[in-house]
Amino acid sequence: MANEPHDHEHDHGHSHGHEHGHDHGHDHDHSGNSELTEQQARVRALETVLTEKGYIDPTALDRIVQAFETKIGPHIGARVVAKAWADPAFKQRLLDDATKAINEDGTLGRVSDHLIAVENTPKQRHMIVCTLCSCYPWEVLGLPPVWYKSAAYRSRSVIDPRGVLKDFGVAPPAETEIRVWDSTAETRFIVIPMRPAGTESWDEEQLAELVTRDSMVGTGEPLRPAQTDKPQ
Amino acid sequence: MNGVHDMGGMHGFGPVTPEKDEPVFHAAWEGRVFAMQRISGLFGYWNIDIGRAAVEKLPPHIYLGVTYYEKWHRGLEARLLSFGLVSDDELQAGHALHPAKPIKRRLASTDVDNAMQRGSYYRQEQAPACFKPGDKVRTKNINPTSHTRLPRYARDRVGMVEAIRGCHVYPDSVVLGKGEDPQWLYTVVFDGKELWGPDAAAGLKVSIEAFEPYLEPA
Repeated sequence: MANEPHDHEHDHGHSHGHEHGHDHGHDHDHSGNSELTEQQARVRALETVLTEKGYIDPTALDRIVQAFETKIGPHIGARVVAKAWADPAFKQRLLDDATKAINEDGTLGRVSDHLIAVENTPKQRHMIVCTLCSCYPWEVLGLPPVWYKSAAYRSRSVIDPRGVLKDFGVAPPAETEIRVWDSTAETRFIVIPMRPAGTESWDEEQLAELVTRDSMVGTGEPLRPAQTDKPQ
Repeated sequence: MNGVHDMGGMHGFGPVTPEKDEPVFHAAWEGRVFAMQRISGLFGYWNIDIGRAAVEKLPPHIYLGVTYYEKWHRGLEARLLSFGLVSDDELQAGHALHPAKPIKRRLASTDVDNAMQRGSYYRQEQAPACFKPGDKVRTKNINPTSHTRLPRYARDRVGMVEAIRGCHVYPDSVVLGKGEDPQWLYTVVFDGKELWGPDAAAGLKVSIEAFEPYLEPA
């Protein structure tokens, strides 16, 4: 859930001492595989060309990567949802204009234009997809997981969303309407899932621990109190 | 463009398979490609729509056969080449061989935090909106060979305007080099049966974000 830094255990490239002539401060090459794959070599060649031509500053690249690996992630959206659960007036403002509500709050970070929040109810459940590419609310959820960008998800969500939900182990009641939002423009969407039962006395910080990334895309459920180690 | 990128409603791609504890990037090069893509958007040669169009133009077997960031990488190279910012011999050599072209902005590492926010796509309206929430509309049956954001599954279908989202940059115009041509954007919602016929799942609603030129009164 929280977007913890990780150690790139799958990473075979970008070790020290390559031809950029500067140190990225990374130490990724845990595999013992010192050969570059063709893909790694092509990307490195491109970065070198762009750097030598003066178009890019490689340390800016480092900082962007670092931001998305450590700062920008679903923990931001989780705090927004938790606040919506705890504060009905905020929830209403969020549903009216999510960008404005988040920016006016002042404690939830800043988001740019066109964020739209939609709320799950017993009658209606929402799912977010981008059938044409991979549009996703980066600012509140970080970068999308591979499944969100997969052909399987993009093709099936709009015609068989219940089948997709089954792949996630989610089975909404038959009478619940499924509403799928295809992100075909620069508007972005975040789902406010239903607040789990048994959390009436919980504060925002505790509630945020229950909010999973998938629950904000609409393919998952929030954790139940019993699934966390928080006091109940 | 009726390409393989327009996937809504296609069959045969199998189940969705979430990865447990997925890392943000699966390899360092993915992060480099991601960051180069972000930074190159500031060069002033293209916007996000031209970026998407470049990826859609990849041959279908490449589009379907390579990973996500490989597609970004190939699309980025294609744009850099087509605007003359780099050349083939440089990519082959892995070094600059020719003078650089002027760019609008070279992002300094100290400016990264400020540059992370997405730009706004709102633009000054050119005319009053033609539709309002509650209006029935039919999407047009268009099949442009250039980039469009009206998916095939939602063409020539009757839906309802649910919300007006303001006036936005119109991708279909940008990719043709005709400027931003701001257009009203609507959330249009369709019943599942309108999209997929009588066998559609009960209780299914699908919405798209539709630019006004995609719509006519129904």
